[in-house]
Amino acid sequence: MQTIAEYLPQHPFFAGLPEPLVALVAGCAVNVHFHPGQHLFHEGEPADTFYVIRHGRVSLEVHAPAGSPVVVDSAHADDVVGWSWLVPPYRWLFDARATEETSAIAFDGACLRDKCDTDPAVGYAMLQRVVQVMSTRLHSARIRLLDVYGAPV
Amino acid sequence: MTAVAGAGSRAARPRDPFLPRPFVVRRHRQDTRDTWTLVLEPVDGVPMPFAAGQFTMMQAFGAGEAPISISGDPARPAVLEHTIRNVGAVTRALVHAAPGAELGIRGPFGTGWEVSSGRGGDVVFVAGGIGLAPLRPAVLEVCADRASYGRVLLLYGARTPEDILFGDDLRRWAADHAVDVQVTVDNGQHAWQGRVGLVTQLVERGGFDAVNTLALVCGPEVMMRYAAMALRARGVPPARLRLSMERNMKCGVGLCGHCQLREYFLCVDGPVLTYDVLEPLMARAEL
Ligand SMILES: Cc1cc2nc3c(=O)[nH]c(=O)nc-3n(C[C@H](O)[C@H](O)[C@H](O)COP(=O)(O)OP(=O)(O)OC[C@H]3O[C@@H](n4cnc5c(N)ncnc54)[C@H](O)[C@@H]3O)c2cc1C
Ligand code: FES
Repeated sequence: MQTIAEYLPQHPFFAGLPEPLVALVAGCAVNVHFHPGQHLFHEGEPADTFYVIRHGRVSLEVHAPAGSPVVVDSAHADDVVGWSWLVPPYRWLFDARATEETSAIAFDGACLRDKCDTDPAVGYAMLQRVVQVMSTRLHSARIRLLDVYGAPV
Repeated sequence: MTAVAGAGSRAARPRDPFLPRPFVVRRHRQDTRDTWTLVLEPVDGVPMPFAAGQFTMMQAFGAGEAPISISGDPARPAVLEHTIRNVGAVTRALVHAAPGAELGIRGPFGTGWEVSSGRGGDVVFVAGGIGLAPLRPAVLEVCADRASYGRVLLLYGARTPEDILFGDDLRRWAADHAVDVQVTVDNGQHAWQGRVGLVTQLVERGGFDAVNTLALVCGPEVMMRYAAMALRARGVPPARLRLSMERNMKCGVGLCGHCQLREYFLCVDGPVLTYDVLEPLMARAEL
């Protein structure tokens, strides 16, 4: 298996990140594995991790006031999960649960924040990428508000 | 654009396009909570050849007529399949037509997907909701001639897992015909283990050779607009991107003007049109 530093440049999230910066952020990362049903994190808990999915599937869930949780999005190979590590008060807004065998790279949020604070080049590069993910999710949430499959064909 | 060459057969068509041919409902299957598939046979026994993507005007005697796409296999013109979502008076009467009931059929009408023009390249089907029904004949056509195509992707978005159509077909196309079937839902409960998100996200993930891809899109208009934008952004040429435009129709033969989209009569020039024609029209709110 490739080392984290070897793998990261191939991941779309890190595409274009200069090699020394990749090596720097890789220093905050470890490989993790989740079985189906296992949680990556729970809503309200401290958001101290950021996940890059290598294989598998993760569902992002919200607890509705009544009834079972609603899956609001899912993440797959080549996706990333979590930006709460970057935004105070650093608490998860969702539950994340593996629905398949899932391999991921977990970044220590405090370590990453530290690197971002110390080196503005790292901070800007990470922010650009995280904002891109947030923008995509916001856009998709807005389109889904239109109930695109609801109207008669 | 003109009607697909070879679509329909002069022998099988009544001379008067306004005169419905009687068909008998042979089978009646509930697919989802609001959608049914009817399998019909012509009372006179004469098959009704059709091109994938064409539609008929279906008449429930006494209730009225509605344009409905053909969802069956073009290689089996002896039976006519229609998949209908119950949204109003006519469709309610159609979906409740039990085996043995007689319905009137006019057609087939309109342009087809012209799937064979994609031979030698990849094919991407993008379906939203019941939009999978008009694409089904095209998928069957590709599966029947699978070796002529490269990668084949079927990207399907439904509202909820319960709204997913043709589950058995989806599994068979994936297992027997190497179709890369990817399904996503807008709204999944805890038990749903699959993808949640928009069908456009599946397009963005790629997995096809965009410039050499034939992309066929069918679903509600707003879904098609975003899907077409995502396919264009990946590099699919507008002339190789086709959408089925299902606006209001009455006569089906280019006379009444109900289906007009600027200079196009969608019943004869469409419903399948290429995106180079549609792009400037779809952005205009008043059309
Ligand atoms: C070329 C073409 C192919 C179609 N293929 C299928 C198909 O395979 N399966 C299927 O279930 N439906 C299909 N439709 C849509 C179907 O024709 C309409 O849902 C039907 O005409 C509604 O009639 P109704 O009397 O039951 O409902 P109505 O009482 O007339 O209307 C109920 C709702 O449907 C909407 N509606 C009415 N007519 C249309 C229309 N022509 N197009 C879109 N929305 C409409 C109304 O705005 C209203 O919201 C197709 C439409 C076209 C133009
Ligand atoms: S439906 Fe009458 S002109 Fe098209």
